[in-house]
Amino acid sequence: MTRYVVWVASWLFILVVLVTPPALVLTEALKDGLVASLATLSDPDAQSAIWLTLRVSAVAVTLNTVFGILAAWVLVKFRFPGRQFLQILVELPLSISPVVSGLVWLLLFGAQGWFGPMLERWNIHIAFAVPGIILATLFVTLPYVVRTVMPVMEVQGRDAEEAAVLAGAGFWQVLWHVTLPGVRGALLSGVLLTTARALGEFGAVSVVSGHIPGETETMPLHIENLYNGYQSVAAFTMAALLALMAMSAVLLRSAPEWIARLQEKKA
Amino acid sequence: MTLSRLAFFKAGGSALPGYRLSLTLTLAWTGFFIILPLSTLLVYPWQGGPAAMLGALHDSRMLAALWTSFSCAAIAAACNIPCGLLLAWALARGNLPGHRLADALIDLPLALPTAVSGITLATLYGPHGWLGSLLAVFGVSVSYNKAGIVLALMFVGLPFVVRAVEPVLRNLPQDLEEAAHLLGARPWQIFLRIIAAPILPALITGFGLAFARGIGEYGSVIFIAGNQPFKSEIAPLLIVVRLQEFDYPGATAIALVLLCVSLLSLALIGGFRRRFALWSEPA
Repeated sequence: MTRYVVWVASWLFILVVLVTPPALVLTEALKDGLVASLATLSDPDAQSAIWLTLRVSAVAVTLNTVFGILAAWVLVKFRFPGRQFLQILVELPLSISPVVSGLVWLLLFGAQGWFGPMLERWNIHIAFAVPGIILATLFVTLPYVVRTVMPVMEVQGRDAEEAAVLAGAGFWQVLWHVTLPGVRGALLSGVLLTTARALGEFGAVSVVSGHIPGETETMPLHIENLYNGYQSVAAFTMAALLALMAMSAVLLRSAPEWIARLQEKKA
Repeated sequence: MTLSRLAFFKAGGSALPGYRLSLTLTLAWTGFFIILPLSTLLVYPWQGGPAAMLGALHDSRMLAALWTSFSCAAIAAACNIPCGLLLAWALARGNLPGHRLADALIDLPLALPTAVSGITLATLYGPHGWLGSLLAVFGVSVSYNKAGIVLALMFVGLPFVVRAVEPVLRNLPQDLEEAAHLLGARPWQIFLRIIAAPILPALITGFGLAFARGIGEYGSVIFIAGNQPFKSEIAPLLIVVRLQEFDYPGATAIALVLLCVSLLSLALIGGFRRRFALWSEPA
């Protein structure tokens, strides 16, 4: 009896609280039909926002993946003074408000910032320009690869690597041929989480972007702009596209499991 | 002194290669991306002198915004405890039909970009929205006031509570409950005396994580909040407002308070968990 109450209450809660939002995004986007909805995406400002988001995410994911692997390697395989402090530092962006994550870059590179006026003299623009957006995105997505890779590397131990070193392998060979194949799944998961966060980052980017349509507007910022301008269909179409991209990145993390299950069925 | 003389750069207690290279790159990366930006928060507010800093901290609009953020985040996290417990129970113990789909849906608030959650919740709970018009029948309005902020924060905080409690429930030995049942304990007695104690730390962890996320949340809140100063203005939004007024010290003062409270609540959870881990260690 209690069990059925729990079932009904749980699904009711999930339907009302968690299923209605994505359902609403789709209905609002398709209110005037699929053609009208897709037409809003061909707007030049919308196109520019999509490209900017893809470019910024590509840079952030690449750099933070390389850094994440190196940081996980040094934190897991070695013991040194200050190791725990370094680990806390690396995870810090997760507990900082997105707005604050944007603000710090203005304090460094804005017109009133530490280095802003100096760079301005050399005609280098970071705040309210694309480099600022990239810096803010790099900051908020920094912890994801390290955090997902570290526990798996920890379990992996050092035996295989030490054997490779004895056999004459160098650092890059050990990393590429021994360590990384063992943490493949976790690495993929970390990269996909970084991607999802980079695509959807709003608060941090909003502070440093300057909101110039067609130039420094990413997809989330363009959604805000459209929504506040009462262009509901365009706003929700862009929202549907962005949600689809971010959510498929999150869901793809289970792809290795699906492939393994398919192969099991075939065998 | 060369770099290699520093104790830091000596072997690192391992025969593996790449220690210096990876440590140098990691330190450079965290130095530029974490230490340098965050040091601005510690230094900038004091640039105008301590009096200016105290003046910035005494601003009544700022205090109102901080109160709104902290109280709404606390209420939302508290409301998420029963909801999260229900879902965690259904997933871990209840053999919920369609549990795989339910499991994926629980993480939806984390996967949905905050701007998308923001405009969606504002429309959904707005006066003409699917759920907003339903609530209006009962005379409840949740948009453009604090109830809306709480609702948005509940949405983004829910996964933290579920994911904190679920593994603990799953690992709880069921034979204790069966023994209690055989000895004649009522369901509520079993819950309070056998289940509540081990899941309490998990609930507090979930509460703390949801609270820490809630005080900093921006994108999913600003569309539904109405953003009236002194009423429904959250602290992160006031930072943005201060920046638009070019009041950088004012913005930094709020940021510093937010950062400290968020770190403090996370440190408290950490301390609490360590303490509990000592208790529950097998004798």
